[in-house]
Amino acid sequence: MNIFALIKRTFDTEEKIVVSGGKIQEDGAEFIINPYDEYAIEEAIQVRDAAGGKVTVVSIGGEDAEKQLRTALAMGADEAVLINTEDDLDELDQNAAAYILAEYLKDKDADLILSGNVAIDGGSGQVGPRVADLLGINYVTTITKLEIDGTSAKIVRDIEGDSEVIETSLPLLVTAQQGLNEPRYPSLPGIMKAKKKPLAELELDDLDIDEDDVEVKVETVDIFLPAQKAAGRVLEGELSAQVKELVNLLHTEAKVV
Amino acid sequence: MSKKVLVLGEVREGSLRNVSFEAIAAAKQIADGGEVVGVLLGDAVAGLTGPLFEYGADRVVTVEHPHLKQYTSDGYGQALLAVIEEEKPAGIVFGHTANGKDLSPKIASKLQAGLVSDVTSMEGTGDDVVFIRPIYSGKAFEKVKVKDGIVLASVRPNNIAPLEKVAGKSGDITSLTVDITNLRTIIKEVVRKSSEGVDLSEAKVVVAGGRGVKSEDGFEPLKELADLLGGAVGASRGACDAEYCDYSLQIGQTGKVVTPDLYIAAGISGAIQHLAGMSNSKVIVAINKDPEANIFKVADYGIVGDLFEVVPLLIEEFKALKVNA
Repeated sequence: MNIFALIKRTFDTEEKIVVSGGKIQEDGAEFIINPYDEYAIEEAIQVRDAAGGKVTVVSIGGEDAEKQLRTALAMGADEAVLINTEDDLDELDQNAAAYILAEYLKDKDADLILSGNVAIDGGSGQVGPRVADLLGINYVTTITKLEIDGTSAKIVRDIEGDSEVIETSLPLLVTAQQGLNEPRYPSLPGIMKAKKKPLAELELDDLDIDEDDVEVKVETVDIFLPAQKAAGRVLEGELSAQVKELVNLLHTEAKVV
Repeated sequence: MSKKVLVLGEVREGSLRNVSFEAIAAAKQIADGGEVVGVLLGDAVAGLTGPLFEYGADRVVTVEHPHLKQYTSDGYGQALLAVIEEEKPAGIVFGHTANGKDLSPKIASKLQAGLVSDVTSMEGTGDDVVFIRPIYSGKAFEKVKVKDGIVLASVRPNNIAPLEKVAGKSGDITSLTVDITNLRTIIKEVVRKSSEGVDLSEAKVVVAGGRGVKSEDGFEPLKELADLLGGAVGASRGACDAEYCDYSLQIGQTGKVVTPDLYIAAGISGAIQHLAGMSNSKVIVAINKDPEANIFKVADYGIVGDLFEVVPLLIEEFKALKVNA
């Protein structure tokens, strides 16, 4: 089975966001594998261990993303590919990212492609389905269970808390939802082995992509922080009096009930 | 310049979801005086067009086919693309729901178009529309423009105000026949796990419990309060991990993102992952025994106390308020 996991390097969840000049400041921030992509990597490894084959993790980004790819290799992926667009492109949107990934994947005969259902930084959730569409393969989003038997797949898809049981077939792209599995931590031997596993770095030239073919369709014109909320009011006094006051405030001041 | 804009209406359990009406309001702003066309796909949707008109659609196109009984990206994709081919819109607005999130990127890819996902507000009209959307789990916002071509957007439920309802308003309905073939996915079963009644992501009031709820039974007073206020019950990851409730109730970075008018957090410490799912709620009430709990930092009103004392008192007070109202 030829398995690919598409991953993204993102800000650590705990990082404070600093905006300056309409841009997010990255200096000194910690970066991680997008948490939803960890589910994708884990599932890819589990499918390979059950059915045999190879897991390739792929990321678009700058050289810094090597660290996250090494982590995926340490978890158990076999190979990694970094599509480095740093020198070629100033900007990237979902249309462009999907195009580049699909150009990379189109002659790879992928049986299964996995990604997170959304990245916690940009939060668009578009790239997975767009890649599947460009490759002309089927996709299922926000999955919480995947069973593969030969070329057929049985999937549970989360739909806002309810779930759908879906039958489909390979080749297939799925996007991972929380609950799909418990991603493993890289083991020490895993980390040692990862250092020797292949990590290829490709540029657009290597994929025969002309910069002009990479179409960016949306542009971010500004980034800003949410308005600071005025400090909240912690009520005081007898508990029953506090509750009375709260209900009164919600009714007359906040006007939400 | 005025534009024609489509809105994909979404039906849940036999009626249109509120987010579809919010999407119409967004479409009006993009249309800038142009026509807003509601689109309904399903096996029997002809009887559901009324509310789309009442909330501002100028026209409605329906596609009915047995293969559209349940959502699949293939089936809905083929039907919507056929409508797009027929209508040639300059914009399309989706709800940022499970199915909207699934379908909109496919349509965007087919049209090689820009799609702005998870929009919470908008500025300007027509060609000058700027979409505002949360990034970094709501810790920041970005303003986004579609550079050129057809404008696609999905709107987060409960954020864009629907237009005022005009009761009895109607308009032209076109029924389009589409051949729907080659569905590569088959839905074998739908398992309903979420609570009956109010949909968590669209609820105006959410009463959420955390580890402080202590047990499955501990959620009962929260349910009673939510029912009383016409709201829905939610939970923190801690409460779900402890098996006090189903993961379908989880609010947070993993889980649902909610923006109700009133969010009552009971026994929730306020981990940053939880705040990512609720911090944009309009009014937040925190009830926690620990005065140092992080949740008080985002709360508009806080009560330091045991939720099992506070919630029953709240129920009594809200009941009294209802009687007096």
